[in-house]
Amino acid sequence: MPRQRTARLPALGHETQWPDGSSRSARALRARLVAVALVLVSLALITVYFRESSGGALHDAQRIGLSVLRPFEVAGERVSRPFRDAWGWASDLFDAKDENEKLRGQVEALRQELIQSRTAAQENDDLRRLLQYRDGPRFPDDYVGVATRVIARPPSAFKQEVVIAAGSNDGVSAYDPVVTEDGLVGLVTEVAPSAARVTLLTDQQSAVSAVVLQSGATGIVRHGPSSSTLVLDRVDKDKLVAVGDTVITSGWRVGELQSVFPYNIPIGTVTAVGQNDVDLYKRIQVTPLVDFESLGALIVLVRRTAPGER
Amino acid sequence: MIAVDVVKAAALLFLAAVLEVSLVSYLEIGEAHPEIVLVLLVSLALLRGPVLGALGGFWAGLVLDTASLGTLGLTSLLLTIAGFWCGRFGEATTRSSANPVLVAILLATVGVGTGSALLHFMLGETLPVSDFVVGVLLPSLALNLLLSYPVYGLARRLFPPAPKERRAMEVGAVG
Repeated sequence: MPRQRTARLPALGHETQWPDGSSRSARALRARLVAVALVLVSLALITVYFRESSGGALHDAQRIGLSVLRPFEVAGERVSRPFRDAWGWASDLFDAKDENEKLRGQVEALRQELIQSRTAAQENDDLRRLLQYRDGPRFPDDYVGVATRVIARPPSAFKQEVVIAAGSNDGVSAYDPVVTEDGLVGLVTEVAPSAARVTLLTDQQSAVSAVVLQSGATGIVRHGPSSSTLVLDRVDKDKLVAVGDTVITSGWRVGELQSVFPYNIPIGTVTAVGQNDVDLYKRIQVTPLVDFESLGALIVLVRRTAPGER
Repeated sequence: MIAVDVVKAAALLFLAAVLEVSLVSYLEIGEAHPEIVLVLLVSLALLRGPVLGALGGFWAGLVLDTASLGTLGLTSLLLTIAGFWCGRFGEATTRSSANPVLVAILLATVGVGTGSALLHFMLGETLPVSDFVVGVLLPSLALNLLLSYPVYGLARRLFPPAPKERRAMEVGAVG
């Protein structure tokens, strides 16, 4: 189908005309004039609007216009409210999903911060108590305390051990006792430059010479039937031991030989005492004062070295 | 152009302006919303030429500036130019362009958006270019293009194309 561009037929030598009698060029000129006039009016409006004060004629006219428009706007608002509500509901739904994701992220971040904060507070408490213990009268005289933390606990059912963050660089040696402010924890059994392994009192290989504080009955504390109990062994039947008595390290010394554990470090409390005719010794169950399941801050007792010693 | 067309266009643009300030402005995507007045104005200008486009743009701009208590004349200036240009564009290309509506709305949206940004910049109200392009111009463009065919269809019903004998130029003195 040929394009009907009959508007451009000047070749015929005649001015094209619209049905209303006006020629094309006249219409174009009129359109330009109208547009230019409206542009000029717009520019004048902008200029006057900016130059006049807020109480000027144009501002007043605008306010009057707005009051005229207001009923239409109110009607439009009422008519459109259901659609707006629907749109708002839909967009809120998307926003809520986004917000939910963001809030979940924030909750997770805050939870991490809370955990870190609690951990720091707990660590602070632990270290404070350790310092009090180290500077207190109960701390053994011939020892220096090296404060450290548990950095690993190998998951083994056969060994009761932890790894601490202090080693030979900190002056820690093998067979140094390890304590908390509550009592005896165990013994250093392996030393690396910056870490050490501590065998806990509840390990099967551990044995500590101990004494019952109230009666002076001596014996050896070993691991008990469960990982959270100890047994005070080798206590003669004629010794008086009662439930609730406190068991501490005996810290013996014979000539040049002496126990690796200093005297008077609390070990636990007697929770059961029994004996029968066939046994040579009493059966004494001891609950340790230290919670071995939640070890955190520890002190390694490093013996003060006299000149020529070690 | 007859007086009835002018009155109808004025009423239609007035309703569109009221609709834009009461409903469409709430349909925000990013910082942009569909410009139903601009789309309608472009449609009317394509259908009825530059004079109605310029008059309609001026009128719609006045209504929008009044309804929003904006700078009087600012939107009128932009829409007047847009309406006039779209009218001329319609006269020149309607019968030869594949998608004159889409092209006109695309160019009008970009032109009005850029002009608006420039005018506001001159008036001391600035927006980072990236925010303007990504957050305002492109979403507006997409929304306006979505609106183009429905609005143009409505305008075409209300302003049907002139009869062939009126649309076609007459060649004077032929025959």
